[in-house]
Amino acid sequence: MHTVERSHDRKLRAIVVFFAFLLTLLSMSSLPAASADDVGTDEYEFVFSGNVQFDREPLENVRLTVEGNGYEAEVETDAEGRWRVGVPEKDTYTITLDEDTLPEGVIVVEGQASVDAEFGLTSTKAVNFFLGEGVRETTSYLDTVIDRVFNGLNFGLLLALASIGLSLIFGTTGLSNFAHAEMVTFGALMAFTFGVVLAVPLWLALPVAVVATAAFGYFNDALLWKPLRRRGVGLIPMMIVSIGLSLAVRYLYQVFYGGSTSQLPGVGMAEMQFGPVSLSWVDIGSMIGSTLILLGVAYFLLRTRIGKATRAVSDNPGLASASGIDVDRVIRIVWTLGGALAGLSGILWAYFRPGVSWDMGFQILLLIFAAVVLGGLGTAFGALVGSVIVGLLVELSTLFLPSDMKYVGALGVMILILLFRPQGILGRRERIG
Amino acid sequence: MIDWGQLFSNAAVELISPTTAAYALAALGLAVHFGFTGLLNFGQAGFMALGAYGYAISTLTFNFPVWASVLVGIGASVVFALILGVPTLRLRADYLAIVTIAAAEILRLIFTTNTYIDVTGSANGLSGYKGGFAALNPLPEGTYGFAPFTNNSYDTWLRIVAWTIVILACLFVWLLMRSPWGRVVKGIREDEDAVRALGKNVFSYKMQSLIIGGVLGTVAGMIFILPRAVVPSNYQTTLTFFIYTILLLGGAATILGPVIGSIIFWVLLSFISGFIARAVEVGWLPFLSNVQAGQLRFVIVGVVLMLIVIYRPQGIFGNKKELAFVK
Amino acid sequence: MSNSPAPRRGAPVKTTGLHIGEAEPGVAKVDPIVVLDGVKRTFGGLTAVDVEHLEIPRNAITALIGPNGAGKTTLFNLLTGFDKPNAGTWSFDGQTLAGVPSFKVAKMGQVRTFQLTKALALLSVLDNMKLGGKDQKGENLFRALVPSSWRDQDRALEEKAIELLARFKLDGKKDDYAASLSGGQRKLLEMARALMSDPALVMLDEPMAGVNPALTQSLLDHILDLKTQGMTVLFVEHDMQMVRHIADWVVVMAEGRVVAEGAPREVMQNQAVIDAYLGSHHDTDLGEDPTRVDTIKELLHDDDRT
Repeated sequence: MHTVERSHDRKLRAIVVFFAFLLTLLSMSSLPAASADDVGTDEYEFVFSGNVQFDREPLENVRLTVEGNGYEAEVETDAEGRWRVGVPEKDTYTITLDEDTLPEGVIVVEGQASVDAEFGLTSTKAVNFFLGEGVRETTSYLDTVIDRVFNGLNFGLLLALASIGLSLIFGTTGLSNFAHAEMVTFGALMAFTFGVVLAVPLWLALPVAVVATAAFGYFNDALLWKPLRRRGVGLIPMMIVSIGLSLAVRYLYQVFYGGSTSQLPGVGMAEMQFGPVSLSWVDIGSMIGSTLILLGVAYFLLRTRIGKATRAVSDNPGLASASGIDVDRVIRIVWTLGGALAGLSGILWAYFRPGVSWDMGFQILLLIFAAVVLGGLGTAFGALVGSVIVGLLVELSTLFLPSDMKYVGALGVMILILLFRPQGILGRRERIG
Repeated sequence: MIDWGQLFSNAAVELISPTTAAYALAALGLAVHFGFTGLLNFGQAGFMALGAYGYAISTLTFNFPVWASVLVGIGASVVFALILGVPTLRLRADYLAIVTIAAAEILRLIFTTNTYIDVTGSANGLSGYKGGFAALNPLPEGTYGFAPFTNNSYDTWLRIVAWTIVILACLFVWLLMRSPWGRVVKGIREDEDAVRALGKNVFSYKMQSLIIGGVLGTVAGMIFILPRAVVPSNYQTTLTFFIYTILLLGGAATILGPVIGSIIFWVLLSFISGFIARAVEVGWLPFLSNVQAGQLRFVIVGVVLMLIVIYRPQGIFGNKKELAFVK
Repeated sequence: MSNSPAPRRGAPVKTTGLHIGEAEPGVAKVDPIVVLDGVKRTFGGLTAVDVEHLEIPRNAITALIGPNGAGKTTLFNLLTGFDKPNAGTWSFDGQTLAGVPSFKVAKMGQVRTFQLTKALALLSVLDNMKLGGKDQKGENLFRALVPSSWRDQDRALEEKAIELLARFKLDGKKDDYAASLSGGQRKLLEMARALMSDPALVMLDEPMAGVNPALTQSLLDHILDLKTQGMTVLFVEHDMQMVRHIADWVVVMAEGRVVAEGAPREVMQNQAVIDAYLGSHHDTDLGEDPTRVDTIKELLHDDDRT
């Protein structure tokens, strides 16, 4: 009797694995992208257009991407070298010409393959690139891998800042906080408000932004979650409340800050070459900074009394409370710390993308969740490991996936890992049952 | 000055619009999942996308007739439900939430990528698949109904079909939920271990429920695209959240709640956005531009969702005692 | 069965002569319904259950006792398929149960209740009961849509449910939500619900915990009733008074092992049992999960040093 059940189980698993495999296969077989020279112009009223020519000869099948405000579109030039892309909002977009699609011996003038374009008074805007003769520096596959690994680490570390907060909050309160992304966005928005709008020097603006987000986290708990815990609201209703909060706060950002993308000071700083890896000072600062902060968090959790209390509450809230730990105080601290970490993560994310926008946090919310689940729900160090894996997966998957599908790999791997190790990488088996 | 008559008439259009029907059906599917079985499906947008793309791609790429395109969409959503359910239905409720939300997002990214632009139309989406459905229209050309519900022949046909499906689906779910099958499923919502201890194959019931609710979402996805084009950005996670708002507005463990919830949601949304736009025009909201003010309605949706869950978890039509929330 | 006897007062009739040979841990029974061999379950480094051999006698009331953390509930979970052991074999009515999922165990006639009652709060009391019915046609998705195919069976089930509810004095509440019942009434409901499937073995996890003392006597009578109806009962209990009163056989566990077995009176005088109870910390309840206490120990350790 029991073997029947087991083989049934195995069969189902095999089916799932097969489909997952099929999915990967489908996505890896890079079908030749059809040439669309006219993208999104029916749908949206604002249109970028251009004409790619070299020596007055039109260049066909040159690929360009238009990116900004959470919108991304790809276009290829037609036989006359023309292209048109419709965009949802009258705003600034980054338009990039893919140099790999230019004919041999033709390059874009140094540093101008990517331009920020903005609409004037009309709803159309012409964008042209200056092409010249020259030889492109091609990088070897291995060099690309190394470069992506560094990018992935950088991204993973900034994800870790956000996901550790989410994980600690989940561990101590059981809440799956969908509004965590809004704290990430809040950090970046505060950095923008102080650093750009109020023109406070950066060395002051960034810490102020982090403190502001910490306060945001504190008030999140004090004004909303603590009263809800008092009312005895269940975990799933609380999760749905967090979804409502996320919607409300996110669109409130859009009301106040608009739908556009702005930049923090220092973005686009020159990149330096370290062997195959090109990094700017911002990248280096981001990686060192997040590593130091993460070490600090580790010290806090492992060595300080309140940190140990935090872990104790995560492990067994009832017993922790019975042992005289002030659970409410621990939760308050976790929210404040989680806010600070999320705020910092948001600032780093604003430099990594680059850009500050109203839904920037929401764009990586699922990756943050994926990191937390991968590492094991509720374990802070699991979230760190999970984040680094997600960061690497996202960046390395661009080696064989089109760049507009780079999140697919990370999310797919999360589902597969749940299939085989539901408790996550560092999680303990008992809790999922 | 604000033309109130116009505002009300614009809002009234949403009473019977096919979009309202589609959201009602998707919310009914979610009621089967969440309200009756206690499954936290956060991927209803994915099920809807499968309906939309399954139908449109079958029609455009493979020239399938209407019935075959519908079956393709439904088949795809059954497979999707199996893929999601097998790894997660044995685990704690929140795992299903995370997996479904991720899977729906994966679908959207696959439908958006340029790689399959020939089939999916990439970010542009698809259009031109309405011929088969329009050909089935028995109504002669002309206008039908009365103001503000005046529509041409195609739109009237679409409304008749959409609401007929909604009514049939309500009947179907009502029959199920008053049967012993419904009893088992509701038992699972309350405590699956207890139901297991009574000799019921909980996993199988959860899977059946996931498939049924998913298929309802998929059919909703098909209705949703018949008055418009298929656009991938419509299937973001936010869509699922809106459907949760509708479900909780009406009452999670009710049959008519999702329908009423959808009507209230769309009529109010249309009214509020119309009102805000006019209010900005006449200068009542001096600090806001029109675009900014347009986003205010989503702020209101979020706040309403929070308030319902906190103060009226059983929804407008749910019985206070029957408020259906999994612990 | 339909005309069940009214609950009786006075000393219940004990079933004796259940075992073969000396009453010691792992002793063979004349007619065992459940047989365990080498069943072991560990959580991390902690061994929760480690039973070499155990037989549960048929048509008798067996009590499973032991101090907190002795592994009684874990053993229950293992027997009913709610948990999987690391090693060992066990059978019910001659059929091996290793790897059989919990719902199939229940279908085979081995039904359990839980330490923390699992009344299905937002179902009516009657629906709770009907859910216990076996082999219901209307539980099939397709038949569910044709009410005529299941209505007759459902009606019969309802009659049976009302009869059982009457026996447990819950018939007046049949249309209320289970959520509105008191703790003791929920225990009764859970037990009544388990009986809906006419089980061969009823396993009760702390049936008396949290029950109003006024209800205790009737609950005891109900348990004794089960035996007269030909069922086997295995229950976990802390209340020694109750164990002495109704159990025909007692199995004592400590630290995951069976340390003693025998008739209630003899077992209570067994030195191993007294040691097991005295040697353990009665007052430390480690919560639902005994493995997740490391950090708290670490904290307490810090306190000791300062």
